Amino acid sequence: MTPGHALAVVTPYTVPTGLMDVLQVTVLVLVAAGATAVVLTRSPIRQAIVLSVYGILLAVLFLVFQAPDVTLSELTVGAVALPVMLLLALAKVSGRQK
Amino acid sequence: MTPGQRRWIFLAAIAGLGAFCLWGLAGLPGFGNYPGPYGNVINRIAVAQTNATGVVSTVNFEYRGFDTVGEEFILFVAATGVAVVLRHLRGERERKPRGGMDDATDEGRGVPATSSAVRMVALIMTGPTVVMGWWVASHAQTSPSGGFQGGVVLATAFILIYLAGQFLAFERVSPADVTDAVEAIGAGGFAAVGLTAVAMGLPYLSNFLGLGSTPGAVSSSGTIALISFFVGLEVGAAFILIVSELLDQTLLIRQGSQ
Repeated sequence: MTPGHALAVVTPYTVPTGLMDVLQVTVLVLVAAGATAVVLTRSPIRQAIVLSVYGILLAVLFLVFQAPDVTLSELTVGAVALPVMLLLALAKVSGRQK
Repeated sequence: MTPGQRRWIFLAAIAGLGAFCLWGLAGLPGFGNYPGPYGNVINRIAVAQTNATGVVSTVNFEYRGFDTVGEEFILFVAATGVAVVLRHLRGERERKPRGGMDDATDEGRGVPATSSAVRMVALIMTGPTVVMGWWVASHAQTSPSGGFQGGVVLATAFILIYLAGQFLAFERVSPADVTDAVEAIGAGGFAAVGLTAVAMGLPYLSNFLGLGSTPGAVSSSGTIALISFFVGLEVGAAFILIVSELLDQTLLIRQGSQ
């Protein structure tokens, strides 16, 4: 038994290992697709929104990989704070270009 | 340099980088492998030592609390930097603010006013967001939450007030002086908790408060909950400060040359 498994606790909510693998692979693929979508979005305003969705995907990834505290941080910063600041900066820049 | 040459240099570079990445990937330990002893040690002793069941918070605010003080001041300095960079410059003049998001751009763009649906949802969400922010900030000792996340959620509540169409209300509920003071209290409070321990003859940031009798109770864990509270104040105020500085820039200030 490896040290990592020594602390594994089985509860009524424990997800079977096989199902967990499927879930992890699915979320990893979704995150890769989300990152590609952010890069391929041309309009900066749309990009900020897509980035917010990507932040939510990353939050789900951290949750699936058993880091709920990082999930909370990513949700607040990646999905809310960063896009808001980007949108505000974009609004400022578009005002200046006139 | 011709485009053809650039392409060859790019292909050579990407091939080299790819080879390095594959080499590195091949040498990684197995998925989920954890070689170090520290995590297992912490898992064994953390709850017994601090009565806090949110072990991540225990690590952040207790075992490596000194690192977290530094991290907190990174945000403090960053917010200060934003305030300095976005200060009123000579030649900039303020416009009179009128309303909400529809002011974010010049009138010529013909941006539609904030829809009543957005206003309604933002108003409905504001109260629950404040409650959730406080809950997250004050339950670091029992759950995977903490002051940082809670602070950002709290700041989101103020952004919702702005989204509901009231820039003036946003300024009224978060006056810059009060926000500055709260941020300073949050940042200084964390450091003061550490210094209080020193004044009592203990090492810096020692847990000098009673740990409570029940592991996982909200009242347990001593200074962990207190530090999380101060971090929540500092982070919430810092985010409100940054967003309001950016809003000032976007909504109020126009270059004098225009």
